[in-house]
Amino acid sequence: MLTIAGRIFPSRLFIGTGKYPSLEVARRALVASGAAMVTVAVRRVDLTQKGEGSILDVIEKAGVPILPNTAGCYTADEAVRTARLGREAGLSEFVKLEVIGDPKTLFPDNDGLLQATRILVQEGFVVLPYTNDDLVVAKRLRDAGAAAVMPLAAPIGSGLGIQNPVNLRLLLEEIQDLPIIVDAGVGTASDAAIVMEMGADGVLMNTGIAGAGDPEKMARAMRLAIESGRLAFEAGRIPKKLYATASSPVEGVVRSGA
Amino acid sequence: MTAMRITLNGRDREVAPGATVAALLDGLGLAPSRLAVERNGRVVPKPDYPAVALAEGDVVEVVHFVGGG
Repeated sequence: MLTIAGRIFPSRLFIGTGKYPSLEVARRALVASGAAMVTVAVRRVDLTQKGEGSILDVIEKAGVPILPNTAGCYTADEAVRTARLGREAGLSEFVKLEVIGDPKTLFPDNDGLLQATRILVQEGFVVLPYTNDDLVVAKRLRDAGAAAVMPLAAPIGSGLGIQNPVNLRLLLEEIQDLPIIVDAGVGTASDAAIVMEMGADGVLMNTGIAGAGDPEKMARAMRLAIESGRLAFEAGRIPKKLYATASSPVEGVVRSGA
Repeated sequence: MTAMRITLNGRDREVAPGATVAALLDGLGLAPSRLAVERNGRVVPKPDYPAVALAEGDVVEVVHFVGGG
């Protein structure tokens, strides 16, 4: 079972709640995913209009724990403020920490991420930082007290799948004492399965489900892919060989002539 | 008594003199359970809403959760 900061999760799939066509579609996808946690963003209340139902209603009814994020923050200071507000609104110590360094790629700002991680860990947060697939940064985040490391597979929302399997493998081999949750870039079920077969502890995704033609069906596909990928990892795959090896006995074959 | 001017979510707003955070939220029709309030850069804990009085020039942020990744 996946354990983060002493808390046990029944699933290894984490999903976002952005970009769904409607709250009802989000609800169905959420239920179908069986997600361990769902991310939400912290934003100013729009005082000019009255809301009709919110994503929080949907999440609370589904009974899934929320994971506030600091998406859209470009400095450690913004991210720390947002994390504090998220904790007050959601009464959870967990935070998905994002400090973005570039608007076009949404790649993380390593300096800001480390700085914000240190501050929030000191304040008692369970910090899950979204980071690039850089082993050195991951080690620094671990040393700063992060509860997990969440490397990207590809840019956020790109659906490109794992673009740098070597970096991811190195990260998974070298960081054994913290959960590694691949966050961002998963486009379809096989991407998620491959990540899990490589030994990742979990996957976080949003657009891959929310942007699919049928989000509910894709949510189920992702759930199954993550379960099968994990099972395959635990089972241990066979070594790859270039030539064929017969599966049936080579003795006792009925032959003509001899 | 004249109204106080504060900045609320980035916009100027007038509130009654001595208004508390609880009164502000009430006036906005917002239930305090699912949001968070920051006053001059510091989070105001929910139990303190009835006690914390706003002051002229305060910068207040009222936030909640929206869908996001």
